[in-house]
Amino acid sequence: MIAEAGLAALWLAAAMALLQTFAGFGGLGDRLAQLTASLRGFAVAQGLLSLTAFAMLLWLFARTDLSVGLVALNSHIDKPMLYKIAGAWGNHEGSMLLWVTVLSLTGGLIALLERKLDARSFAATLGAQGVIALGFYAFLLFSSNPFARLSPPAPTGQGLNPLLQDPGLAFHPPTLYIGYVGLSVAFSFAVGAMLTGKAGPAFARAMRPWVLISWIFLTLGITAGSYWAYYELGWGGWWFWDPVENASLMPWLAATALLHSVSVLAARDALRAWTIMLALTAFAMSMIGTFLVRSGILTSVHAFAVDPERGTFILVLLALYIGGALVLFGTRIGSVRQGAPFHLFSREGGLVANNILLSAILAIVLIGTLYPLIAEGLFGEQLSVGPPYFDKTTVPVALVLMLFLAAGPLLRWRRDGSGSLPRKLVLPAGASVVALILLLVLAPGTGILPLLGLVFAAGLAVASIVPLWGRKLLRTPLPIWGMVLAHLGVAVAVVGMASESGFTQERLAAVRYGEELEVGGWKVQLLGLDPVAGPNWTAIEARVLAKKGDGRWILHPQSRSYSSPVMQTNEAALLSRWNGQLYATLGAQDEQGRWQLRLWWKPFVSLIWLGGVLIALGGALALIGRVWRGFRARFPKTQQEGFA
Amino acid sequence: MSRRWVLWFPLVLFGLIVMLVLWGMNRDRDDFVRSRLIGQPVPEFSLPPAVEGKPGLASNDLDDGKPQLVNFFGSWCIPCRAEAPQLAALAAAGVPITGIALRDDPENVRKFLDQYGDPFTRIGADRDGRLQVVFGASGVPETYLVAPDGTILLQHIGDIRAEDVPELLRAWKDAS
Repeated sequence: MIAEAGLAALWLAAAMALLQTFAGFGGLGDRLAQLTASLRGFAVAQGLLSLTAFAMLLWLFARTDLSVGLVALNSHIDKPMLYKIAGAWGNHEGSMLLWVTVLSLTGGLIALLERKLDARSFAATLGAQGVIALGFYAFLLFSSNPFARLSPPAPTGQGLNPLLQDPGLAFHPPTLYIGYVGLSVAFSFAVGAMLTGKAGPAFARAMRPWVLISWIFLTLGITAGSYWAYYELGWGGWWFWDPVENASLMPWLAATALLHSVSVLAARDALRAWTIMLALTAFAMSMIGTFLVRSGILTSVHAFAVDPERGTFILVLLALYIGGALVLFGTRIGSVRQGAPFHLFSREGGLVANNILLSAILAIVLIGTLYPLIAEGLFGEQLSVGPPYFDKTTVPVALVLMLFLAAGPLLRWRRDGSGSLPRKLVLPAGASVVALILLLVLAPGTGILPLLGLVFAAGLAVASIVPLWGRKLLRTPLPIWGMVLAHLGVAVAVVGMASESGFTQERLAAVRYGEELEVGGWKVQLLGLDPVAGPNWTAIEARVLAKKGDGRWILHPQSRSYSSPVMQTNEAALLSRWNGQLYATLGAQDEQGRWQLRLWWKPFVSLIWLGGVLIALGGALALIGRVWRGFRARFPKTQQEGFA
Repeated sequence: MSRRWVLWFPLVLFGLIVMLVLWGMNRDRDDFVRSRLIGQPVPEFSLPPAVEGKPGLASNDLDDGKPQLVNFFGSWCIPCRAEAPQLAALAAAGVPITGIALRDDPENVRKFLDQYGDPFTRIGADRDGRLQVVFGASGVPETYLVAPDGTILLQHIGDIRAEDVPELLRAWKDAS
């Protein structure tokens, strides 16, 4: 009965979405007052009903009800409970249900909380949200029913892809989805603003928290995904420029640009059309990403739910939503009065530059991701675009972006005629010079890009703290702290990336017990091998001794075998020190009885993810600051100068 | 408003992307995937025999003046069993086929050949899968067409189905 209850809740939620759509767009007409009250009701009911459906699915997975096809395909009676539950969204149908659940819950929250918008914009926004949700309900109910029964029931179930059987990955998709859904809210706000022609500061302030939330979650999701790929796939890389990775990076780039332009709009009433365009782009990118991942149109190492029919469905939704919004943009944006003018040399000007550079990186990544298709279509060539293209094209633009990132926050709004910028940049420039000299002396022969990355990062790290200079720290608004922390996080992450790419040392060897290897100043020995067993896998686990100075550590890389489905995975062993990580994986045994051992010494690699966490934390501080200010609405206006 | 057309630019761009992926979804995707090795000479290798009574396989066995198929298989591989009748048909049509047995032991290979037929002129044993990596093969079964001069002409990923046989045969004849 649970599956049927879930399905019923899903149908009812779809009905609510339909009502919400009519009430929302009806609200553009005259009978506004009666409709607004019921509109809030529909949105809240839709949220609760979809939550019910999702809860039913979780319940089915928790008790491993093998009479439901989805459970039988993606779970197994012997699985640990965490992964039984994660199995609910570790597949196509479940993840789409999670998507629409988060979407409709957000709709409910907007209905309950939103007070900044005028009534017509509010109605149009919820109407747009209703349309988006409707498409996904149709998708679930007509082509991807998560509650479909299986007859006869399966005896044990097939299990979850072992690569996905990892705490990191259990939480990875929900994190990213909150990000994507937040962008759909921004999209709805933008559609609402275009319909009513009101795209001013009030609209920006209403949209900003949603952009912030989705940006925080996207940042965390990408960071976690990168760390997962790093330790789980066993190839020691942290970013592969895989289509699936790009699918989450592209919305992040758009959201980052949007986050900055929405702040300009909120504070200075400038960049109206541009902000709306970015809101549309950000959501378009998350849908294109979803589409690329689901349709199997591009080959990816993450091969996941490849099904052209479902791809078509998402493509149709994509064309309707994004195409429709862009038509609206073309016809209506002219009537959106342009905002306040500003001088090019100003905080706004810096932010415009930031937006352009971020958009350029986005374009580069999008072209690179789609290029295999373009090449096949135009030139009949089959090829893949890999890290060499992306590294060569994105890194230089990113370096220029870092310069603007350092200088932008030090500029004044509207017009910076004070000429104080050079003075403010003395310290950061000094840090860069010191870093350059140190690197040239201590690490001659460092590649040009890693070298520039480290030098710029040193400058950016200092520059990002400069805005705090001369302030009373305790009275500094949280959004400013957030900006400082996020920019500092970028510098930290870049240090990690540059030193990983510039200074990593690698060793691949076939060794016997006791044989000693050296990598990056470490002495490493294979002591022995032990069989170990987990809840649903068995493994050969190596005891690897790593020595440096007086320190001795034992690492345990594993070669794991899963039985359902049958699969081999390599569990890397990581030894984290303050200045880097020693990374070991165990390979196969050769004919002479030697074991293959792969070792990397990666200096400061952890800073990549620490930086990501700092960036997200900065976003969280800004969000808390904004929400807090919302509660104390009569705050002096002079303090509204931070971003985000 | 001379710049109004700019406002439609995003829509045009989006339309192009949609057209591109629409085409991408509906294109005929064949399994004759071109790997990076297409047009390249077969890498140097030399494999010991996989079963008694049949010679092993080395790279210079492949440039003997006739195009031939090189088939990666394993006795443990289920699709290889499904593929066996098609290989037999190709062999019957006169196509020389050499095999590479992946991560296999002689006894199992022998049993596999006894049960599913033996279309191979030579079978090399790739015990640790190293040659598979060199060839850029992504799994088993996988088949390569090698020209008389030892150049790789095409790569067929996955099992050869009945409908693939005529195409492979044509490609082999074109190369002769």
